[in-house]
Amino acid sequence: MLSNGLVSAAYIAASVLFILSLGGLSNQESAKRAVWYGIAGMAVAVLATVLAPGVQNLWLIVVAIAAGAFAGQYVAGRVQMTEMPQLVAALHSFVGLAAVFIGLNADIMLSAVNEMKAQGVNMFAADLTAFGETLWHKDPTEVAILKVEVFLGIFIGAVTFTGSIVAFGKLAGKIDGKPKKLMLPSDESPVPFISGHWLNAISLALCLILGLLYFNGAGIWTMVLVALIAGFIGWHLIMGIGGADMPVVVSMLNSYSGWAAAAIGFTLGNDLLIVTGALVGSSGAILSYIMCKAMNRHFVSVILGGFGGTQGPAQDIEGEQIAIDADGVAAALNEADSVIIVPGYGMAVAQAQQSVSELTRKLRAQGKEVRFAIHPVAGRLPGHMNVLLAEAKVPYDIVLEMDEINDDFPKTDVVIVIGSNDIVNPAAQDDPNSPIAGMPVLEVWKAKQVFVSKRGQGTGYSGIENPLFYKENTRMFYGDAKASLDNLMPKID
Amino acid sequence: MRIGAPKESAAGEARVAMTPQSARDLQKLGYECLIEKGAGEKAGFTDAAYQEAGVKVVTGANLWKEADIVAKVQPPSEAEAKKLKEGQTLISFFWPAQNGALMETAKAQGANVIAMDMVPRISRAQKMDALSSMANIAGYRAVIEAGNNFGRFFTGQITAAGKVPPAKVLVIGAGVAGLAAIGTATSLGAITYAFDVRPEVAEQIESMGAQFVYLDFEETSQDGAATGGYAAPSSPEFREKQLEKFRELAPEVDIVITTALIPGRDAPVLWTQDMVEAMKPGSVIVDLAAERGGNCELTVKDQKIVTDNGVTIVGYTDFPSRMATQSSLLYSTNVRHMMTDLTPAKDGQVVHNMEDDVIRGATVTHGGDITWPPPPPKVPAIAAQPKKDKPKELTVEERRAKEKADFADATKRQVTLLVVGAAVMLMIGAYAPESFMSHFIVFALACFVGFQVIWNVSHALHTPLMAVTNAISGIIVVGALLQIGASSLLVVLLSFVGVLIASINIVGGFQVTRRMLAMFQKS
Repeated sequence: MLSNGLVSAAYIAASVLFILSLGGLSNQESAKRAVWYGIAGMAVAVLATVLAPGVQNLWLIVVAIAAGAFAGQYVAGRVQMTEMPQLVAALHSFVGLAAVFIGLNADIMLSAVNEMKAQGVNMFAADLTAFGETLWHKDPTEVAILKVEVFLGIFIGAVTFTGSIVAFGKLAGKIDGKPKKLMLPSDESPVPFISGHWLNAISLALCLILGLLYFNGAGIWTMVLVALIAGFIGWHLIMGIGGADMPVVVSMLNSYSGWAAAAIGFTLGNDLLIVTGALVGSSGAILSYIMCKAMNRHFVSVILGGFGGTQGPAQDIEGEQIAIDADGVAAALNEADSVIIVPGYGMAVAQAQQSVSELTRKLRAQGKEVRFAIHPVAGRLPGHMNVLLAEAKVPYDIVLEMDEINDDFPKTDVVIVIGSNDIVNPAAQDDPNSPIAGMPVLEVWKAKQVFVSKRGQGTGYSGIENPLFYKENTRMFYGDAKASLDNLMPKID
Repeated sequence: MRIGAPKESAAGEARVAMTPQSARDLQKLGYECLIEKGAGEKAGFTDAAYQEAGVKVVTGANLWKEADIVAKVQPPSEAEAKKLKEGQTLISFFWPAQNGALMETAKAQGANVIAMDMVPRISRAQKMDALSSMANIAGYRAVIEAGNNFGRFFTGQITAAGKVPPAKVLVIGAGVAGLAAIGTATSLGAITYAFDVRPEVAEQIESMGAQFVYLDFEETSQDGAATGGYAAPSSPEFREKQLEKFRELAPEVDIVITTALIPGRDAPVLWTQDMVEAMKPGSVIVDLAAERGGNCELTVKDQKIVTDNGVTIVGYTDFPSRMATQSSLLYSTNVRHMMTDLTPAKDGQVVHNMEDDVIRGATVTHGGDITWPPPPPKVPAIAAQPKKDKPKELTVEERRAKEKADFADATKRQVTLLVVGAAVMLMIGAYAPESFMSHFIVFALACFVGFQVIWNVSHALHTPLMAVTNAISGIIVVGALLQIGASSLLVVLLSFVGVLIASINIVGGFQVTRRMLAMFQKS
């Protein structure tokens, strides 16, 4: 058994390790060390907590951790790299659910302790856990604050839980990616009062009322109801957000799970939980902010779902999409000196990263300059493309960010766009009425020739036409990305 | 209908307007082809080769009689023009601006004349732009001619027998001929400079591998698009500046190739006598504008002269003819394309559509009328270049002032944030109990650290970052651990599930992160 002082020391060590772990991700080499800092921090935290005074039911803990660890190892070890976004989203839901449980527990224990206090039971006779003891000592103001914290923990936790499940469903393709809002009958009336955002607002108000009731002494049923309604909000909120915004959503949920942990930390009076929760919460928030900026979207409009209002019709597109076959692409590649590959979600869907990597190796072996241009929001997770390319062993020093490479397109002979659409859409710059107007895009059309590998003539996730496909120097290379590239490979000499 | 190509009557003209190859294509358009005996000989096409291609070889007199369409290279002589019949079509270079009398004769004879030199410069008509195809050859040949008269290598070499400096070539006028000359000179290894009054061609010059000679001169230069792609005459001040630059270059360059011509005008004098005198002995000047007086003051038309200081000046005007095979092939193809446009139904019948921009533009006489000069084409030749606004260069002071203002702004913003933040903290502190505040300090600091740390994470690592923070958010397991020992069975059950799922999150999150990071590698 450790003393309270030792436990605190261990918590400090764990906090420092977590900070180092996040800070270490500033570059690829130190990142490999960073993950071990994180693991060490977690181990220290869990061990210290388990060995702290007042923790009971050790065997239950061992069973739960062992089972959880086995399941986690199994899932994470088997998952395909392309399914990573789903997995991360799914894991978030666990944190949310755990936060809800812990919040409910806190209330149950609070009632139990209060009952014992009322019966005049001696504290030492009550056989309390460490947390129970803390509760015993709380004065009325502190109890009031505790109730607020419980409410916040449960609310955020429940939103995270259902939101993550929806995000998981959308990313895994189990739920349709299009934005959906519940339609109430009144929606068809000329006054659309009770739809979409209003529904969210009403639910939120309901939660607040229940919270007030709880604050004034109503029983645990209010909290259970809050959990249910918050769950509805989470579900409805994320259902209303289009698939293209999923990277922001996932990182936002990540942030929420952190805040939930911090709220629970306040409830339990545990500084480690507060520190770690705050770290995770703020990092998720910044990540969301960075991504919104990359898409030139307002955070609020992403969160509330749907594109911001646009005025006027989109520009008409002239010309036609001209198809090309593998021979044509191969001929152009054999001629080219510099090639830039722009991967997008379509590459992930087709699992084409290995073929892309093989193509890159072949072209580089001929002394051509091959580079990758990655848009900040390519794919369904920030950095999604980097991870896939890394999996396929594409060296990371030829994988460049938008800002690093955007000026080089005019000097480039061939650009291959593999399964990306909105991030190479010139309408973002040319058409002020476009829904994505102002979003920074990769200026691929400035290259001498552009090949677009695409499944068909459909639109991208944001559902808008892409004038790039109609440009004179663009050729469409239709077909599944992987099949197309495998076709192309033998023709490169 | 019959289309025939006579033997060129002009002295020294070796080209021919029909080749066996073009004859085959013309037959596909439905025409019967005739050629005067021996017309292709100087260009390397024998009568036998023509016959093999299905061309009827006839005498000169018969050709003018039998052919409905006569295709020539040079403008017809007065005698030839007299042979034209009513309704007969003549296709050749014609230079209507200079050959007014000839035009009158053709009109009097009632012939339709299509001047290959009047084909408008629009994209659709490029395939019949004989001026360009001939200029291309002239540019190439000019460099070869210069090399022939130049006593050194073009390319620099360092050999056991000594060092050879590379030749320096200056090309004046970057039209088709100039660009072809630039390309040839650079590919032979010479250091090539090029000058043109149109600054917008700098890009083309550089793309061919030459250095553009910039003039430090501000002029509201006319857009080349407004003049059909040709240069416009320049102001006297500009000309002065230009000559000054050439004077500066004259002692350095070994070979000068001048191609400056504006249609319908005499060639401007750009290389004056004193520049020639300043050049090194053995230098060569090739004047492609000799036909119209020459860009060099000393040029003698159709002759090669050597000045007193040993500079060779080549004033030949028949460069394309000196490469008769090549130029006949290209010219006959231009003619064949013209015939394609004149034969929309491919039935061997000429439809002289005067509504067509290209045909109208090239037609000099039609149906007993003189139709020159043509009205301006309906389609602008070249899209006008958008005026480019240069981003304003900030002076040092302005930049410093801007930096200062930015800094002040940033400071103001930060201070405001701090003040507001402090006020909020004070509010909370005024009402919340001490035990809460001690936790709150920790919370606020952790948020701050989180913000500071995450800004530095590189973009490529955002997914691992998310996975790692996801794993770390599993710290919530601590909360469940603290509750699992409670006496209430429900609490135990809930916290058991809590510990279980939080563990999945922790282990799964770290495992995934490790897998991702393991994949990043350097090339």
